Amino acid sequence: MFQVTRKELFPGVWLRAIHTNKFKGFQMTVTLLAPLERENAGANALVPYVLRRGSAAHPDMESMSAALDQLYGGTVEPIVRKKGETQCISMMASFLDDTYALEGEAILEPAAKLLCELLLSPKVEQGAFDPDYVSSEKVNMANRIRSQINDKRSYAGCRLTQLMCEEEAYGVDRLGDLASVERITPSSLWERYQALLKDCAVEVYFCGSAQPERVENAFREALSGLPVNEERVVPDCDVRLTAAPEPRVVEEIMDVTQGKLAMGFRTGGITCWEEEYPALVMCNAVFGGTAMSKLFMNVREKMSLCYYASSSMEKLKGLIVVSSGIEFDKYQQAKDEILHQLDKTRKGEIEDWELEGARRIMVGAYQAALDDPFRLEDFWLGQTVAGLEAGPDEVAASFETVTREQVARAAQKLTLDTIYFLKGKEG
Amino acid sequence: MEKIEFAKVGEQMYHEQLENGLNVFVFPKADFQTGYAFFATNYGGMDMRFCLNGEWHDTPAGVAHYLEHKMFDTKEGNALQDLAANGASPNAFTSNAITGYYFSSTEKFEENLRILLSFVSVPWFTKESVEKERGIIGQEIGMIEDDPDWRVITNLMTALYEYHPIRVNVAGSVESISHITAETLYACHKAFYDPANMVLCVAGPVEPERICQIAREILPAQAGPVAMKDYGEREHTNVACSLIEESMEVSAPMFQLGFKGDAPERGENSLRQEMLGDLAMEALLGGSSPLHAKLYQEGLINKNYSYGYEGYPGCSHLVVGGESRDPKAIREAVAQEAKRIGAEGIDDQLWARIKKGAYGMQVRQLNSFENLCVNQAQSFFAGTDYLKFAELFSSITKEEAEDLISRWVVEERTALSVIWPKEVQNA
Repeated sequence: MFQVTRKELFPGVWLRAIHTNKFKGFQMTVTLLAPLERENAGANALVPYVLRRGSAAHPDMESMSAALDQLYGGTVEPIVRKKGETQCISMMASFLDDTYALEGEAILEPAAKLLCELLLSPKVEQGAFDPDYVSSEKVNMANRIRSQINDKRSYAGCRLTQLMCEEEAYGVDRLGDLASVERITPSSLWERYQALLKDCAVEVYFCGSAQPERVENAFREALSGLPVNEERVVPDCDVRLTAAPEPRVVEEIMDVTQGKLAMGFRTGGITCWEEEYPALVMCNAVFGGTAMSKLFMNVREKMSLCYYASSSMEKLKGLIVVSSGIEFDKYQQAKDEILHQLDKTRKGEIEDWELEGARRIMVGAYQAALDDPFRLEDFWLGQTVAGLEAGPDEVAASFETVTREQVARAAQKLTLDTIYFLKGKEG
Repeated sequence: MEKIEFAKVGEQMYHEQLENGLNVFVFPKADFQTGYAFFATNYGGMDMRFCLNGEWHDTPAGVAHYLEHKMFDTKEGNALQDLAANGASPNAFTSNAITGYYFSSTEKFEENLRILLSFVSVPWFTKESVEKERGIIGQEIGMIEDDPDWRVITNLMTALYEYHPIRVNVAGSVESISHITAETLYACHKAFYDPANMVLCVAGPVEPERICQIAREILPAQAGPVAMKDYGEREHTNVACSLIEESMEVSAPMFQLGFKGDAPERGENSLRQEMLGDLAMEALLGGSSPLHAKLYQEGLINKNYSYGYEGYPGCSHLVVGGESRDPKAIREAVAQEAKRIGAEGIDDQLWARIKKGAYGMQVRQLNSFENLCVNQAQSFFAGTDYLKFAELFSSITKEEAEDLISRWVVEERTALSVIWPKEVQNA
């Protein structure tokens, strides 16, 4: 049994309920879908972390963990994701499924109530957030942003995106930037929070054994404190079809021992809404998306040009980003070889085992999402932002018929937009 | 096959011991797409001294881990790639007590299972391939030795234990692995990779009988001799050394505080002691305990804080660790709290709550096939079945937890390991 339903609870507030007995626990997430904007991203991202510190009824860590223990050790965690040009600000909760409660008591209703209490009824001091909570969560957020810089592999990818999409919302990081986090005060954060509650489209996700009607009732009740607004909309995503005729090249110097080369491509308008989308997914898998891909097998294994080389895809924005770790003096060689492998993909020089291997891995990855409550939640959030309704099994099936020629045609549409190279001081 | 029901947590387990001594456990999961197989030997980093066919062997630290690295080599090439080409995600790990090989896949499960059983049971090393691996493992050892998270724990083990081989790094040292040859690896494979010393645990949409059938086809028909292990001199009740300190490049001091327990008995009691130990730590210093709230408020601990019980053949300990400006104050505070619990007992409400919380968490973790299969393998080697935890749980009393705290959390059983930041010049 696996049944997916979607229903509008209030204007712009939707519930996606997955009814299944597969799991021992139920998973629920309430997500505010905000447009990704430079001036607000930092404050938006901070909001759920401050909310998690305490509600009016459970104002500190001790009383909140006691309440969660009482509900069989449930967890509620803030999570901030970026899907296309939408900033997804969530509280994500997992609880023991009612089926396994020792005395047959209901867990769903009190758990939904607790989750929404954290979201809607925070601990307030003088008409704003608790200043202690705001200041300590600002420090944590700054550390989170800094640790992204410390991990040079992810940093190079972030920098590339920033540079490539400088004039687009997509260039903003999911957590905002250090400077904007610094400026936040308890009252400015409070205003941002009120605006989010009032303006954002709200997506409620549930996956567990409860019947959809029961889930619907629980959330209608728990979310009744949300302001009524007929104008809540899911943000849009701007897709640029092509890159400039010549790629932009940016080099930066930091105290690093290994160089990082990142290359950003536009997909020529192929996104998850297009018919060619399955071919693009397969193209990315053949080119650099797996441990059997051209980049991995050739650039890394055969030619030993780099420590790692892989590509990843943004399905809403239409981007493919190649990232690799190289010796400083291998820049030209590595770049040439990466482009050479893309060229082979464009020409359809793809062995049977490469094509079929990529297909099996992609089909397997989407099917496996059906078995993992966290991946399933993330998949459906992506579909919500995209406004699509196909489930993981349907997406998996769409890869079965992709041909070598279709993969090559998708590769032909890629245009190199920006190259970012992070090198060391002596390099 | 024998079918065992664990109704309380909604699980069924099929078990059979094959003619060659292999124990097979299957958890059928008809609703799932993914199948998971875990093939493990009761042999880990701490099994360095053993007797086979009347002859004693003393092997260098790190053999079990070295062997794990080399097992993926096959006469035809590499099993990792064969599995990846089938869309499976394979991997392996070596812990102190066991070595396990596993994969998950949504397609071609039986074919992948044959590959797994075959490459783990048929060693294929050459002088050259063993030599080539030495550099790779040497780098891995270098990396973990630089890792303060790892260092603070291994230092604690050397402080807690005088003789038990849990003190020794699973991967060995660059020096110890320099003595490992193809002959050493063949000898250890012969001693410990006999079906009679192994288990196969499978979860997924599978037919239990088919799993046994495939294991019979691939593995040797008869059981061979299995080595007898020796953990050296009998370990003292008291710690070897009460404080161990070191300086590294860390931003805040890191600590691990350990309390030496009693060696677990074989059988159901090993599982019971594990749950009791975890609950005792929850009551003493867990997330909803009064001590935790106090330490957090005083700024002595932060979010980076974890705790629990660990049991191995021949030893067990309780451990808590994280970051703190004053680890010695934490040691003092925990000792005080243990005395208070000894005198006043654990609060009834707190006990009821943490028991509920811990139960729910443990049941929810059954969602993970990996967790289910790895735990069953470990429990089986310890002489019991993992899913018995659900029944045992209710029998654990507050008085037992108080008694365990009074006996184990005492000065002569306590050791503290600290990594201090290197002094910053011109600070």
